[in-house]
Amino acid sequence: MLDWKLDFTWEILPRLIAAAGNTLVAAGGGYLVAVVLGLVFALAQRTPSRTLTFIVRELVEFVRSTPLLLQIFFIYYVGPQFGLRLSPWAAGLIAIGLHYAAYLSEVYRGGIENVPKGQWEAARAINLSTVQTYRRIIIPQALPPALAGMGNYLVGILKDTPMLSVIGVAELMHTANSIGADNFRYLEPYTIVGLIFLAISLPTAWLIRRFDKALRRKMGLTR
Amino acid sequence: MPYLDFLTTYSDRFLDGTLITLGQFGLAVLVAIIAALISGLMKMSHSKTVRATATVYIELFRGTSLLVQLYWFYFVLPLFGFTLEKFTAGFVTVGLCYGAYGAELVRGSIQSVPKGQWEAALALNMSPAARMRRIILPQALVTILPPWGNLMVEILKGTALVALISVADLMFETRQINNNTYLSAQAFGTALVIYYIFARFMVTPVMRWLERVMARKIGRM
Amino acid sequence: MKYDMSDYPLKLEGDNVPMVRFQNVTKKYGQLTVLDGLNLDVAEGEMVTIIGPSGSGKTTVLRMLMTLETIDSGVIYVDGEPLTHMEKNGRLVRASAAHLRKIRSKIGMCFQHFNLFPHMTALGNCMEGPIQVLGLSKEKAEKRALELLDMVGMAEKRDQHPSRLSGGQQQRVAIARALAMRPKVMLFDEVTSALDPEVISEVTSVIRSLVDQHNLTMLMVTHQIGFAREISDRICFFFAGQIEEQGAPKILLDSPQNDRTQQFLSAVLDAN
Repeated sequence: MLDWKLDFTWEILPRLIAAAGNTLVAAGGGYLVAVVLGLVFALAQRTPSRTLTFIVRELVEFVRSTPLLLQIFFIYYVGPQFGLRLSPWAAGLIAIGLHYAAYLSEVYRGGIENVPKGQWEAARAINLSTVQTYRRIIIPQALPPALAGMGNYLVGILKDTPMLSVIGVAELMHTANSIGADNFRYLEPYTIVGLIFLAISLPTAWLIRRFDKALRRKMGLTR
Repeated sequence: MPYLDFLTTYSDRFLDGTLITLGQFGLAVLVAIIAALISGLMKMSHSKTVRATATVYIELFRGTSLLVQLYWFYFVLPLFGFTLEKFTAGFVTVGLCYGAYGAELVRGSIQSVPKGQWEAALALNMSPAARMRRIILPQALVTILPPWGNLMVEILKGTALVALISVADLMFETRQINNNTYLSAQAFGTALVIYYIFARFMVTPVMRWLERVMARKIGRM
Repeated sequence: MKYDMSDYPLKLEGDNVPMVRFQNVTKKYGQLTVLDGLNLDVAEGEMVTIIGPSGSGKTTVLRMLMTLETIDSGVIYVDGEPLTHMEKNGRLVRASAAHLRKIRSKIGMCFQHFNLFPHMTALGNCMEGPIQVLGLSKEKAEKRALELLDMVGMAEKRDQHPSRLSGGQQQRVAIARALAMRPKVMLFDEVTSALDPEVISEVTSVIRSLVDQHNLTMLMVTHQIGFAREISDRICFFFAGQIEEQGAPKILLDSPQNDRTQQFLSAVLDAN
């Protein structure tokens, strides 16, 4: 029934491991975009301008409600129509970064809103400026509880990078597809890709859980 | 080509794709509910073997990508003697993937039911099955609905990946239209709007309505 | 004295079989001994109140009898039959789930925080057990539930969910719910502790009428010393997992022999 070919496995393993490096780069790059852009989205929704808040709020909703795969296609293919050609990597990182920025902005917002109102009032009472209030009072309190959520989305991004294969980013899935097509064998490449994902995401998720627990204990939220 | 002409020319294909997407979505939700309920309850079993089985399922699906799972179910599973037709492979994989996420929601919502409710049910001498069915699950349902609503949107988005194993859903039709016309903004833009309308103006309102109905039933409103 | 399983009878027989018997019952939470070799008999129709400082193990007594807690050693008997154990080949072994269910059907309990089912109306709460557990028809269960709701003065609120009821009202429904199962033993675990002072009498008057009109065996844990004096046949003072002193209310409350009892009573009476 099943014939797993060991020599074939050894032959393709180096290529897949090299591609796993690209997967990590894509996840890391996408995450960087998301962390920064997410903060912009979150803060834009706290400005006094109602129009800006509304526009960003709707944009975040739109991005969160539509498939990442479609967004990847949109960003990659729509550019050339208007004379803007993006490389697969650039389009991929923008798409995945934008998608997760929408999620991260919600994490940030939740963190900021969880800081008790009295903290803002106390900061006002000692006459801190808005920037000082954010920097010295609000963000130090909002960040720790948000970190677990941020960590989960790091794993989320990692698991969504295979979608970049559709526009030709040479990450794991893309490499497995081409190995499969060249050799007419899918068992080994697809199974190995699955195992590599498990090998990366399970320890990462475990570390995030531990980190979160330690952080909560340190903050006195649990014993 | 003006956008209106584009729409009239390709509306049939968008419609066909949308119907397939809705079918995939409905069936995937069904699979996810069943998988989440079973594995969530298994996670709370006294038996270590039962718990471990559920953990393996949950971690396998949460630890890998939906796309990897789809390819694996469609291309590799036949080598084990299970050949799934692509439509079936699509919604089954999407359902199993999000069911693994749902399992944690099921467990969390059951654990959120106060301990006194278990005790009161025991004091009435109800059997374990009756305690779960009559007392615990109805109350857990109220807590699980809001996060489950978010999961529903994720499932809808997840169904777009079935296009990559050639299920002719909205994503698939859109790509075909794009390949034929090179009108990428129109093609992908239209699909984005359709997905958005489903998520924002159908799935979410229905879930909110369900939340209200259940909250009223439980007498919290 | 060291106990062996053979020291416990398989069944209590004879003329004066108690409704409830705790025989040498011990309960530990890790290192902490909550109950230390408890011996307590409660006669049929007797109303026994347990008082004592918090942490003395008094609530644990009720929870073990309701099988919400397991016991570490000893045997509890209900109506002459072992509850925590059952007979197998002439010896007592740990009770099976089926055995627990059978004996447990003789016991009903009311909780400090009522624990009404929030997704059911007052009537639904009282019909749930009779229908699901006793297998009564809907009509019979409803008739029984309505009689009991009427008895506790809650008939008018039959269609309300618990969230619409005050604490006193919820506790009265909870009493009706427990009685609907026709238990032989009723347990009241600090049923007035979570109530506002002005509604406590709603609940105590219901319990008082139960004592007056029914031959139920009752165990009650309470901080209401005055109420306990009025309705109890016997009061047990618990301290550090043991019965320090017990007796008729008049004797125990008015002329306690034990120093700890005296201290506890004067502290409680001062607080009131």
